[in-house]
Amino acid sequence: MGKRSVIPFGPQHPVLPEPIHLDLVIEDERVIEAIPSVGFVHRGLESLVDKRDFNQMTYVAERTCGICSFQHGMGYCEAVEHIFDVDIPIRAKFLRTIWAELGRMHSHLLWLGLLADAFGYENLFYQAWRIREKVLDMIEMTTGARLIFSVNKVGGVIKDITADQLRIIDGTVTEVEAELRDLEQVFLEDSTVKSRLVGIGILTKEQAHDLGCCGPVARASGISCDMRRLGYAAYSMLDLEPVVATEGDCFARCKCRLYEVYQSVDLIRQAITKMPKEQELAVPVKGNPNGEYFMRLEQPRGEAYYYVKGSGKPFIDRLRIRTPTFANLPGLCEMLKNTELSDVGLLVVTIDPCISCTER
Amino acid sequence: MTNLGLKNEIREIPVENLLNEVLVLKKQGMRLSQACAAYINEKFELSYSFSDDAAYELINLRVVIDPQTQVPSITELIPQAVFYENEMKEIFGVKIEMISLDYENKLYRIKQTAPLGPKQETEVKA
Amino acid sequence: MGILKYAPQALKNLFLPPVTTSYPAVPFEYPEGSRGHIEIDIDDCIGCGMCVRCCPCGTLSVDRIKGTWSIDRFDCIACGFCVEKCPKKCLHMAKGYQTPGGEKGSVTYTKSPEVLAAEEQKRQEAAAKAAAAKKAREEAAKKKAAEEAAAQAAGGAGAAAQAAGGAGAAAAGAPDAGKAAPAGGV
Repeated sequence: MGKRSVIPFGPQHPVLPEPIHLDLVIEDERVIEAIPSVGFVHRGLESLVDKRDFNQMTYVAERTCGICSFQHGMGYCEAVEHIFDVDIPIRAKFLRTIWAELGRMHSHLLWLGLLADAFGYENLFYQAWRIREKVLDMIEMTTGARLIFSVNKVGGVIKDITADQLRIIDGTVTEVEAELRDLEQVFLEDSTVKSRLVGIGILTKEQAHDLGCCGPVARASGISCDMRRLGYAAYSMLDLEPVVATEGDCFARCKCRLYEVYQSVDLIRQAITKMPKEQELAVPVKGNPNGEYFMRLEQPRGEAYYYVKGSGKPFIDRLRIRTPTFANLPGLCEMLKNTELSDVGLLVVTIDPCISCTER
Repeated sequence: MTNLGLKNEIREIPVENLLNEVLVLKKQGMRLSQACAAYINEKFELSYSFSDDAAYELINLRVVIDPQTQVPSITELIPQAVFYENEMKEIFGVKIEMISLDYENKLYRIKQTAPLGPKQETEVKA
Repeated sequence: MGILKYAPQALKNLFLPPVTTSYPAVPFEYPEGSRGHIEIDIDDCIGCGMCVRCCPCGTLSVDRIKGTWSIDRFDCIACGFCVEKCPKKCLHMAKGYQTPGGEKGSVTYTKSPEVLAAEEQKRQEAAAKAAAAKKAREEAAKKKAAEEAAAQAAGGAGAAAQAAGGAGAAAAGAPDAGKAAPAGGV
C-alpha cells in the first residue's frame, strides 16, 4: 500500500489538443481513480435556438466542432427533414455520404497522427498528417473550405460534385489508400508502437456496454455497433460491415480506426459508382418544423444524437446535440483505473476526445 | 441493407415509474445512450434514450414534470448517467435527487444559474 | 520482429521532393469555388434585405434609400447562406481570406452615382404616380360619398327597408346590395 495523492492533469497538457481536466488519484505511479471535469470551452450553442431560425441553425450546428463539422450539419438537417417528413433527392443523399466519409477519413488520419505524437513517434505523426492533407485538398476542392463544409441545408445540399471532381476524388482516395498501406505496417507491426499500445487500457465488452461507450471505442471492445447501419443518407444503398476488434486495448482502437479509413475509401468508391447522374440537389421545404425527432448518426468518434423539437414557429424549441465524447467519458474513467501515470496522456487520446463538441 | 431504426419510439411515463422502467430496459440489455431535458410550455420534458446495439432499436422514456418536482437519479442503476444528470441540473435547473457524483452546478463552469430553465427562478437567484 | 518498420518510408522520404510549398515566395492557388470572402455587385442589388435577415451572425446591413450594403468582415463566417438566398444573385463568394487587422470595422459598398440617380428618378416617378393615384382615389371617394349621401337622402326609406330585409340579402352578393349595405351601415 503506497502513499495516495491527487494529481491534476490538464486542462493544459502537451498531449491534449483541447482542454479537459482530470483529477487523478494515484498510489505511487498507479492511477486508482480519475474524475474528469470539463467546462473550459463551453459556448452555449444550444441556447442559440431562441435567436436563430431553423435554417440558420444549420450553420450553428455545423460549427459545434471543426473536425466533424459536416456530420453535425448533416445530423441536424436530417432531424429537421424527418420532422417535415420530406425525402431528399437521391443524389443529395449520395453527396452527403461522400462528404461524410471524406470527413471521417480526415478525422481518423488526424487521430492517427495525434496518437503517434502521444507516444512520441514524431515521424509517424508527420507522415499521417501528410496523407490527411490530400483528403483536405479534396474537401476544399468540392466545398470551398477545408474544415467547415457549409454545404448542407434543410431539404438537401447546396453544391454538387461535378463528374471531373468525382474522378479526382476516385483517384486521390486510391492514392491515400496506397500510402496508408505503407504506413499501416508501422502502426501495426513496429515494436516501439506495440510496446506502447498493446495491453494498455483494456476495456472489456461488458464494461464498454455498461458504460455506454460508442463508436470505435465500443467496436474495439467487440461491440459490433455502427450507426451507419441505420441507413441514413445513402448508407442503406451501400455495403458496410462494422470494423470490430476484440482486445479492447489501445492497439485495438488504433487498428479499428486505421481499418475504418479503408472502409471509408471503399464506401466512397461504392457511392461514386452507384450515384445517379443529373438530379436536383434539394427539395423545397415549406413552413416551420412542428414535431420532435431523435436523429442518430455515426460520427468519426462514434454515435451522435440530434434531438430537435419544434412547435410550428421559425425558432425551434430545443436542439440537443449529444456528442460521442460525452458518452465515452465514463469509459475513459474506467480505462484509466490501474494504469501507469505515464500512460494517462495516451489513454485520453485513444478515445479521440473532442472537448468543444462535448461542451458545445 | 434496409432502414433499420430510424423510427423513434417515445414512451411517456409518470415520474414515479422512472426507476422501474429504466430497470426493465437495463435488464433487457439496452444501454443508456442519451438523456436530456427541455423546458417547453413551463414544464420540463426529460428524455432518456435507450438503444440496442444488436437490433439498433431506440426507445425514449419521456417524463413530463413541473419545474418544482423532484426527480430520482438513475445513477444508482446506470452509473454513467452522471454527466447527463449533472448537465440537466446545471443548465435547466431540474431538481434531481441523489446523483452519485454531484458536480454541484460546476460541470460547465457557467456563471448563470439554469440559463435554459424557468426564467423567473433565475432572476430570484441572481 | 517489428524493428525498422519505418525505414523504407524514411529512405523514400530522402529522395522525395518536399511536400510543403515555400509559401510567401510561391503564392498559394485557391481552388475554384473557394469560400474566401463575400463580394457584391452592388449596382444589381435591389436592397431587399434578404441577406440581412438570413445571416446567422448578423454581420450585414443594407440601406435601400442610400443604396449601401455593408459587411463587417471580421464577424462574417463565410457560410454562404446570403449568397444562396440573394434573389438577384448579386452576391458571390470570392477567393482569398480576410487578412488580420488591428481593429474591427465594417466595409460599406455604395452604388455608383448613375445607378443611384436613376433609382432616385424612378422613385420620384413612382412617388408622383402614387400621389396622383392617391389624389384620384380621394376624389373618387369624395364623389362617391357625395353620391351616397344624396342617395341616402333620396331613398332613406329604401335603405331602411333593406336593413329590415336582413343581412342575408346583402351577403347574397347582388351587386347593388353589396354596394348599398356598407352605406346603410354608415
